[in-house]
Amino acid sequence: MRVTQGAFSFLPELTDEEVRAQIEYVLSNGWSIAIEVTDDPHPRNTYWEMWGLPMFELQDAAAVMAELAECKKTYPQHYVRLNAYDASYGRQTTALSFIVNRPESEPGFRLDRTELSDRQVRYQIRAYSADAPVGQRYQG
Amino acid sequence: MAESSEGGPRQFSLRPPRSSGTENIPAADAGSTSIDSAESELAEDDVIDLSLERSDSKVVEVLARLDSELVGLLPVKSRIADIASLLLVDKMRRRFGLGSSRPNLHMSFTGSPGTGKTTVALRMAELLHHLGYLRKGHLVAVTRDDLVGQYIGHTAPKTREVLKRAMGGVLFIDEAYYLYRPENERDYGQETIEILLQVMENERDDLVVIVAGYRDRMETFFQSNPGMNSRIAHHIDFPDYSDAELERIAELILNEQGYYLDDDARIAFAEYLTLRRERPHFANARSVRNALERSRLRQASRLLNSEKTVLTKSDLMRIDELDIRASRVFGRVDEAGA
Amino acid sequence: MDGNPTEAETERWGAGVIPYTKMGYWQPDYIPKDTDVLAAFRITPQPGVPAEEAGAAVAGESSTATWTVVWTDRLTSYEHYQAKCYKVDPVPGTDGQYIAYIAYDLDLFEEGSIANMTSSIIGNVFGFKALKALRLEDLRIPTQYTKTFQGPPHGIVMEREYLNKFGRPLLGATIKPKLGLSARNYGRVVYEALRGGLDFTKDDENINSQPFMRWRDRFLFCMEGVQKAQAESGEIKGHYLNITAGSMEQMYERAEFAKELGSVVVMMDLTIGYTAMQSMSTWARKNGVLLHLHRAGHSTYTRQKNHGVNFRVLAKWCRLIGVDHIHAGTIVGKLEGDPNSVQGYYDTLRLDKIAPNPTRGLYFEQDWASMPGVMPVASGGIHAGQMHQLLHYLGEDVILQFGGGTIGHPMGIAAGAAANRVATEAMVKARNEGKDFLREGESILKNAAKRSPELNAALDIWGSISFNYESTDTPDGTPTPSN
Repeated sequence: MRVTQGAFSFLPELTDEEVRAQIEYVLSNGWSIAIEVTDDPHPRNTYWEMWGLPMFELQDAAAVMAELAECKKTYPQHYVRLNAYDASYGRQTTALSFIVNRPESEPGFRLDRTELSDRQVRYQIRAYSADAPVGQRYQG
Repeated sequence: MAESSEGGPRQFSLRPPRSSGTENIPAADAGSTSIDSAESELAEDDVIDLSLERSDSKVVEVLARLDSELVGLLPVKSRIADIASLLLVDKMRRRFGLGSSRPNLHMSFTGSPGTGKTTVALRMAELLHHLGYLRKGHLVAVTRDDLVGQYIGHTAPKTREVLKRAMGGVLFIDEAYYLYRPENERDYGQETIEILLQVMENERDDLVVIVAGYRDRMETFFQSNPGMNSRIAHHIDFPDYSDAELERIAELILNEQGYYLDDDARIAFAEYLTLRRERPHFANARSVRNALERSRLRQASRLLNSEKTVLTKSDLMRIDELDIRASRVFGRVDEAGA
Repeated sequence: MDGNPTEAETERWGAGVIPYTKMGYWQPDYIPKDTDVLAAFRITPQPGVPAEEAGAAVAGESSTATWTVVWTDRLTSYEHYQAKCYKVDPVPGTDGQYIAYIAYDLDLFEEGSIANMTSSIIGNVFGFKALKALRLEDLRIPTQYTKTFQGPPHGIVMEREYLNKFGRPLLGATIKPKLGLSARNYGRVVYEALRGGLDFTKDDENINSQPFMRWRDRFLFCMEGVQKAQAESGEIKGHYLNITAGSMEQMYERAEFAKELGSVVVMMDLTIGYTAMQSMSTWARKNGVLLHLHRAGHSTYTRQKNHGVNFRVLAKWCRLIGVDHIHAGTIVGKLEGDPNSVQGYYDTLRLDKIAPNPTRGLYFEQDWASMPGVMPVASGGIHAGQMHQLLHYLGEDVILQFGGGTIGHPMGIAAGAAANRVATEAMVKARNEGKDFLREGESILKNAAKRSPELNAALDIWGSISFNYESTDTPDGTPTPSN
């Protein structure tokens, strides 16, 4: 299974050079950039952990690449994403988000169904790895 | 992950207040060049078109611009030209596979205030960008306050934040010796110096650091921080301007603004310079600019308070002797800086 | 009213029929107020009717006038309620057509009611005999009126945050065939398309609750497909469950059921009418469900160049009514749509402040006063091989719907979906990298296809298909340096 959140999950994993090019695009738009990490990729898990604060007013991708390398080194088996944020009036939201690191093995999600009386079903999605405590997920 | 046994992600990049006093000067052209262009290595008997290389690197244009922007400074200009030539030749040598490592480019600019250090740093950033040594070529000018924090744990994020913004360009640290305060052994400036040293060594591809300040104080700074000294490749000293040069600068400034000194005013201004140089806080070209600013004010008051009923274009352009001589430098000695 | 009546007053109040221009509906010196609703009508007068008289007649018939003089007018401040035709310009290059500009006072319209606004402006006047044809080209809606509506229940920004999808067009597909699939088979198509990589699937406009598939059964099977696809991708997915029905009570019942099943979106057809749409908008905001609008039937009055209502006006009404999605043309697909006009519709739906732009057919400036934008939907005869053109013309805030282009894929529906997703992501990536993606589009797709057999197959069968027909409706404006 492959978690396909983010803008480029259907493409082969981006190389460092490709990630750098996307960061340059983000900076050229005047957007700030943030690195976020999680070991709980539930589709409704909106708030991944922030790797430091968002980076503002950068001119060059090097600083982000350095942070990213550091982050991946610390969390090699986590999901890591880059979020670009557009603060301009009328937007004030995320402008681009893509995954740059994922665990080697992704066990995916279980779909639990609760049947009700009139053929209705209530659904719950649970990540298989979320059964393990924080810090012990995606150990291979 | 907040509850992770490994501890949460590091929080070192504190966001600085928006009104930080640092100056962010955009790169001359927004495009970015790749540092090591993917040109394949040349064969033994290949040749390089020198004139093409020269025009591609824009060295001649940038040096010409520097020459027109700054009066005098001949030793500085020739040092810059030497460095530019060296880097261009280095670049060509590398295409033949000669001497492959990227040269160290960190610099120290020493000299009095107003001797053109920031302007030269700007052009240097531009040169390094065109020569392919910097991806962006912008200049981030800072002082101690932008780098050093107020309390424990504040300094490293603050310094890193500035370094991140300078990546791809030049970090210009004015009066760098203030980073080092030997009288206070717990001064946070030391932390900044350590981070700087690390970045100057390990991230040469991303960043060129120029430290600047008065010559004697920079020397003391380097003596106490040999690590810093050893990472500086080029020491460039900016001499004080001669009186003749300062007069020429004044002329250029006034010309730009549509003014001129009449003959008596010119003599008065020469005397002014001699007197001003003896007083505290003399800042070369900057002092000239300020003095002229004040003489324009005096000219305006003079014109409005005069008996004249009509004014000519020349009246409006002319700065006369009185506009200069009314300066406090000529009279009262109790106030400095006028 | 003291003294003897002036000649003009005598003429105005004399019994009988008098020209509209003489009744105050033609005021070439009128300076429109900021609070006026402004309309641009394309008028084609009958032979012998002067353009000013025709314009004044439109103003009259869409506001206070009737065919003869009525003394009861004198019981009102009628000047205030009269619409004023203040300019009539001949349409360049088209004999007998004029653009008449008419200003309506804000007082003419009930707050927050598109039904009322349309009854006023297009209520009676379109059958008027003195005109051969009449088309409402554009409206300028003043902020004072805009602020009586809340607009889209969510809008583009909120929808993206809700779906956690940023920086690329969203992808959808309409389930085919339109008619005859049982609920169970229908849900299979939903599941396959979503698990393959689409963000949305969609009921067609005429999928409501017919004998072959009742709505409740469809909803249950579709949601099984949606939920299963969410679990398999870790992404939020949706199926536009069409709640269109014969009465509001039935629509509310269907919408409530969709919400209970956890659907992020419901859909309605334009045919239900403005008031019903506005009620559903209120429901959607209250219940946190995205609201998709299919513009079923609009071409009966939007397509002909000389008669009807331009789609850009309909787009404005729909933004006020408040929908989150609206079909707005594809440029490169199988349905009508001149590129400039369609880009004008997209601007109207997405931007906040819009300047007049004759090239795109925008007659007036329009300030939406921060009302959220509507996500335009491009649907009808588009496929992965056109991705560079789609991204170039339509931008990033758009839902690209590939019905046949997904379900007709030789390797299956999921493969069709994956082909579209790969093409989208590859094109966005190339654009961000600074590539000239419009020109290099084909090679970008071919490169991406090397790593994607699904895209490869899609390009093989559809790569060369295009729909190049002359458009029936193009803006008259040509780019000129002066405006």
